Amino acid sequence: MTARIVALHGAVIVALFLAQFVASDYAVLTITRIMVLAVYALGYNILFGYAGLLSLGHAMFFATGLYGAALGVTRLGMAAPEAFLFATFCGVIVSIVIGFVALRASGVAFMIVTLMFSQAAFLAVLYFGDITRGDEGIVIKDGQRMFPLFGVPMNLADPVLRYNIALAFLAVAIVLCLIAVRSKIGHVLVAIRENESRTAMLGYDVKRYKLIAFVLSGSFAAVSGAAYALLFAYAGSTLASIQYSIHPLLWTLLGGAATVLGPVLGTALMFLLVDFASGFTSASLLFVGVALILLVLFFPKGILGTLRQRYWRWLP
Amino acid sequence: MAFFPHLLLALLEGTVAAAVLALSALGLSLVFGVMRVVNVAHGEFFMLGAMLAWFVAKMAPGGPAVGFLAALIVAPLLVGALAFVTERLLLRRINYDPEATIVATIGLMFVIQQLALSVFGADAKAVPAPFSYRIALPWFGFSGYKLFVVVASVALLLGVWWVLAKTKLGLIMRVTQFDRETATAFGIPVNQVYSAVFVAGAALVAIAAVLIVPIQQAHYLMGLDPLLMSFIVVIIGGLGSIKGSVIAAVIIGLSDGVISIFFSPTLASIIATLAVALVLVFRPQGLFGVPAR
Repeated sequence: MTARIVALHGAVIVALFLAQFVASDYAVLTITRIMVLAVYALGYNILFGYAGLLSLGHAMFFATGLYGAALGVTRLGMAAPEAFLFATFCGVIVSIVIGFVALRASGVAFMIVTLMFSQAAFLAVLYFGDITRGDEGIVIKDGQRMFPLFGVPMNLADPVLRYNIALAFLAVAIVLCLIAVRSKIGHVLVAIRENESRTAMLGYDVKRYKLIAFVLSGSFAAVSGAAYALLFAYAGSTLASIQYSIHPLLWTLLGGAATVLGPVLGTALMFLLVDFASGFTSASLLFVGVALILLVLFFPKGILGTLRQRYWRWLP
Repeated sequence: MAFFPHLLLALLEGTVAAAVLALSALGLSLVFGVMRVVNVAHGEFFMLGAMLAWFVAKMAPGGPAVGFLAALIVAPLLVGALAFVTERLLLRRINYDPEATIVATIGLMFVIQQLALSVFGADAKAVPAPFSYRIALPWFGFSGYKLFVVVASVALLLGVWWVLAKTKLGLIMRVTQFDRETATAFGIPVNQVYSAVFVAGAALVAIAAVLIVPIQQAHYLMGLDPLLMSFIVVIIGGLGSIKGSVIAAVIIGLSDGVISIFFSPTLASIIATLAVALVLVFRPQGLFGVPAR
């Protein structure tokens, strides 16, 4: 790994660490949220950016993590770390099963099938409203978010702890992404994106690599969902709806698909835009829609994708 | 109610659901068949058609029947015009790239939804049926208008089939579908064909919405359901195969009706979605689709 790549990504993480000392309480909360959701976008980008598979159903994996953690804590009596591991495990299993079926379809059919599975999951959340509490959602009580770590009591309601946990997740996700895309797996995925039949002809097991990308991506989403539920003490059905499948796509497109930091940048910018817009209108979806259209029309490579094309050829 | 009348009611409702499905999926299937792109804003075209039907019905003097007939003309014209603009300004500029089209039409979906919310408001709007004849069965009454919807959708389906199979326009569409480049080489104005097909798809779904809205209600979020159901139908039937779509619509519509009446509509939707998974596992190109060349 070249020095400047390590330096750039390290600098981003360090900058985020230092930000907590200067930011206001509100900004700390917003950045925490952005960092948790950036993990979701990073995972989405593995599948969409590198493998070239456009999924419209990632909310399903996000929701698996979300409800796995929330139900683990409130119904199964787990402590927060156990619930997190349980939710991640559920996410991996669901990604394997869904990936196995959905990857039988390709191109447009793949997008539709992921969308439909996700919608079925969303409907299932509503259907089992007795357990999931549907629209209203599950609220995790403060007492259930405290746990001892090596004898030290931890309270997830504490904003500083929350911020640093989210940062740790993001840092691990960025490092994992860097390793994955610079490894053989990453190169094969790009090869599949560029020319699937040629990659297959060269002797690579295309199906296996796509499944690997799918499961990685789905697991990142589940981790993000689980962290979201535990850190913000809430799991509701809106977080499983189609919008939450579109969000990571938008963030990735904005920041730059197939760049490691693109999804992080995209998540942050979109949050700022929506935050700014909510000052004078409630129609935040309008901004999402217009942003999608403009990106596709005029800026298909996103911010970092364009920068890489013009100046920084080395950007991973 | 005893079992048999209950089943009869379920089957009748299922038939209506099948007709509604086939009708709303028709435009999507046509557009995908010829242009090979998926229009995610299809459901919003449906919603706009329904909203326009409500608006026209409210404005038109002289009873629901006049409003209904006026809406049948106004809605497809306006929605078709919007589709024309979309095709020119959006799809053509991204050169009908399948992925970019999906992303752009998702954006369009959100924009139309929000605008409809701002213009028409969030409340559901009932539209009166053009006539209110009830067929009195020994066990229950059944709305004559619902049966009219079935008849109308069969007529529309036959009409589209006739255009595609028997007219020169249909021949041109099928040639474009078969091979875009060869069609261009033979002097077929492919761009105009695409324009026409996209507009026709939107107009068809607007007509479907005008027909259906007296049974349902107009609401700014109503577009999602027909969109997803259309997806189910075109995937099971085979992307681009109109015959397949119709047969899938009948299967899904009937089972949907029966499961909705005996159990719950949500369960029916979940089962329909899982049916898609099964079809994909055993026959990835759909029941009547041809594998991609």
